[in-house]
Amino acid sequence: MTTAAAPSAHRVLPTLQKRHAPLAAAAEQRALLSRMPVRRSFEEALGGAGLYPLRATGIEILQLNVGRKCNQTCRHCHVDAGPDRTEMMPDAVVDRCLEVIDATGIPTVDITGGAPELHPRWRELVTRARAAGKEVIDRCNLTITLLPNYAYLPRFFADHGVHVVASLPHYRQKGTDTQRGGGVFEESVTALRRLNALGYGKPGSGLVLDLVTNPVGTFLPGSQKALEAEWKRQLLRLYGIEFNALYTITNMPIARFLEFLEETGQLGEYLERLVTAFNPAAAAGVMCRNTLSVGWDGTLYDCDFNQMLELPVDARAPRTIFDFDLEALARREIVLGPHCFGCTAGAGSSCGGATTGVKIALTG
Amino acid sequence: MHTHYYDAHDLPRFGEIGKDAPGLSEKFFAWYDAVFAEGALTEREKSLIALAVAHAVQCPYCIDAYSQDCLRKGSDLEQMTEAVHVAAAIRGGASLVHGIQMRNHAERLGM
Repeated sequence: MTTAAAPSAHRVLPTLQKRHAPLAAAAEQRALLSRMPVRRSFEEALGGAGLYPLRATGIEILQLNVGRKCNQTCRHCHVDAGPDRTEMMPDAVVDRCLEVIDATGIPTVDITGGAPELHPRWRELVTRARAAGKEVIDRCNLTITLLPNYAYLPRFFADHGVHVVASLPHYRQKGTDTQRGGGVFEESVTALRRLNALGYGKPGSGLVLDLVTNPVGTFLPGSQKALEAEWKRQLLRLYGIEFNALYTITNMPIARFLEFLEETGQLGEYLERLVTAFNPAAAAGVMCRNTLSVGWDGTLYDCDFNQMLELPVDARAPRTIFDFDLEALARREIVLGPHCFGCTAGAGSSCGGATTGVKIALTG
Repeated sequence: MHTHYYDAHDLPRFGEIGKDAPGLSEKFFAWYDAVFAEGALTEREKSLIALAVAHAVQCPYCIDAYSQDCLRKGSDLEQMTEAVHVAAAIRGGASLVHGIQMRNHAERLGM
């Protein structure tokens, strides 16, 4: 079922799982987070904003996490993905996902991982979801497109009108390589140029190339609008690269970023930063309200973060893709934890970036 | 009795300066916010200027606040370090250019 780890020109590190680190276990991560003192729980914060219990508003995005294998080992990765991971969505789950895609009016299929393109049936998922009339988002790490067996990807993306959402934490080398591994920036620039050459990110092409930035550190992202303008100006000036939109995503205290926070003694301070920045407007627009996340084994989650903490959807709703019931899932109560403050801090954060246009107050 | 003049915990208490003179602080903070809003310069550029000035005036509160703010607004460590060098160069140059005054005095008084 699994494929061999792809060779990489850039620097990779062993995952938490490979190192047998205690935080490789989701239960250990949940326990650590629950031990941290915070001035109020996420449920209390939502209650104060009149949003508790938080309920889904529908399912507009079916997000498939097809596996944890990746050719990169980013230091902030909440999946603990890497070349040594072997989890891959089995055929039975892929088949059932395709049935759900065909049978429902859910408009968007969002494919993530790991590097989702490493899944042996990724092409089939894309092709069939497009044939069913869905918008297909591929969460691409860019460097995968430079590997010999995956050099077909840019053309495949373009031929199938895939909406590419690519990670690039900074428009300069140092920040990107610090977070994603030495050598990743240069490879990412090459990959972005190839996508641009096919029309991606170019006005009028209809081929959408969005970028995602996570802070390279323990600070919160700034204004998405202002950063997008800066990223566009600088990437064009420095490398001639164009793209459509920039999404800012807050680093989540899960898996490798959680380990980083704990090792550097910043976990309490970071959680406090997230709690202090709680924004009711951001809470109202969190992605879990219109997304359903499917794990590699078919388990259903409210989001990819809950998936990595092994917090499946509310027990009153169907919990696997095999029991999928749109009506029951569309109004489910969202499962919450202290990590949820990561999606409601400041301007908010989601797979689609900031959840509001609210300006974050100056720190000093 | 405080044993030191500077305390990092005083930074988030900045707003307390409004006690006993609220009208003045309201004017100051309103003007401050307007200064840092996007205009002919971007918010990121203004934050880099603030970081450089913070080093020129050697304010640890401002260095703390604008180190964070520069990162949040998308600057990286190389850009921030260059900004600090600009401040240092102006401080150093400001001393050195006064050497011309010294030379003027010396030339007037000497033979």
